[in-house]
Amino acid sequence: MADLVLTKQVLDQIDAILTDVIEKSGAHTVLLIDKAGQIISFQGAMDQEKVASLAALTAANYGATTAIARLFGEEEFTLLFHKGKKENIHFSNVGEEYLMITVFNNSTHLGLVRLELRKGLEKIESMFAENLRDWFNA
Amino acid sequence: MAIISFRSDEIHCKIVYYGPGRGGKTTNLIAIHKALGHQVRGELLSIDTAGDRTLFFDFLPMDLGTIGKFRIKISLYTVPGQVRYNDTRKLVLKGVDGIVFVADSLAARRHNNIESFQNLKDNLAEQGKSVETLPVVVQYNKRDLDGTKVPVMAMEELERDLNIDHHFPAFPASALRGDGVRETFKKICMLTVVDVSARLLKEKGVNLSG
Repeated sequence: MADLVLTKQVLDQIDAILTDVIEKSGAHTVLLIDKAGQIISFQGAMDQEKVASLAALTAANYGATTAIARLFGEEEFTLLFHKGKKENIHFSNVGEEYLMITVFNNSTHLGLVRLELRKGLEKIESMFAENLRDWFNA
Repeated sequence: MAIISFRSDEIHCKIVYYGPGRGGKTTNLIAIHKALGHQVRGELLSIDTAGDRTLFFDFLPMDLGTIGKFRIKISLYTVPGQVRYNDTRKLVLKGVDGIVFVADSLAARRHNNIESFQNLKDNLAEQGKSVETLPVVVQYNKRDLDGTKVPVMAMEELERDLNIDHHFPAFPASALRGDGVRETFKKICMLTVVDVSARLLKEKGVNLSG
């Protein structure tokens, strides 16, 4: 993994996409992190300290689940979702190195969250691809 | 893998405390957490432990202040030391920017130190990294037992096992008492930040002080 340099422009774009996901899906918090557990962008209302812990735990959790998947000959489990009484959390892959975490409560539905999330993911993935292309061209 | 954000002017680095089981990695983190002021440190997160052993990892985020225009944010992790948790260690080691190897000075643990150091090299190699290219600091822990009835290895012996050409900065420590913890931590932070900024300058032409 190479270092990730985020310009203001890229971060603003990511934030706009995450905010859009929140507005359309009814989720209350969305995070984009890397698989080492570092936060790239975070939108929503959550205590900063808790967000750092959430990112570290999620990266490890995702890694552990992928390791479990490999035991069964699967590349990875594509749907990762924890359901609680009030709060639910959904994880998805963004390219090879990043993860998107969505936290939502019972005021919305998993289906809607996944639908809006997929749209957001596609935008972010195409953006990372464009960025990479810029870098190679520069 | 460090993350550099130009909007908030932040650099995020990941430092991992590695070493054999029961060597004092978690104790190091607890001592750092205690020693730091509230404005610097985050919350120390420890995942369910089996007895006094780390099962998954400990996590301590902190804010080191600014260098040039950049705010330096560091995440400290420990790995589980027990041999059988190697999969977990690989996960925690992902994207690491700096490593503290906490060696156990007890004579009875000599073999564990050597084995764990080799394990670190193997796991780094899988990521295409090595102890030669990453910032690494070695800490010889449990020096407070020196001079007691418990057989403890001399510093020279430990150096011969783990750091024969004195390539890595090394510190004696007693994490339990807090001795040497700060020195180790300062050194690895410095090396890591220098390493990350040198890489930035070289690869992206970004100067921290500029």
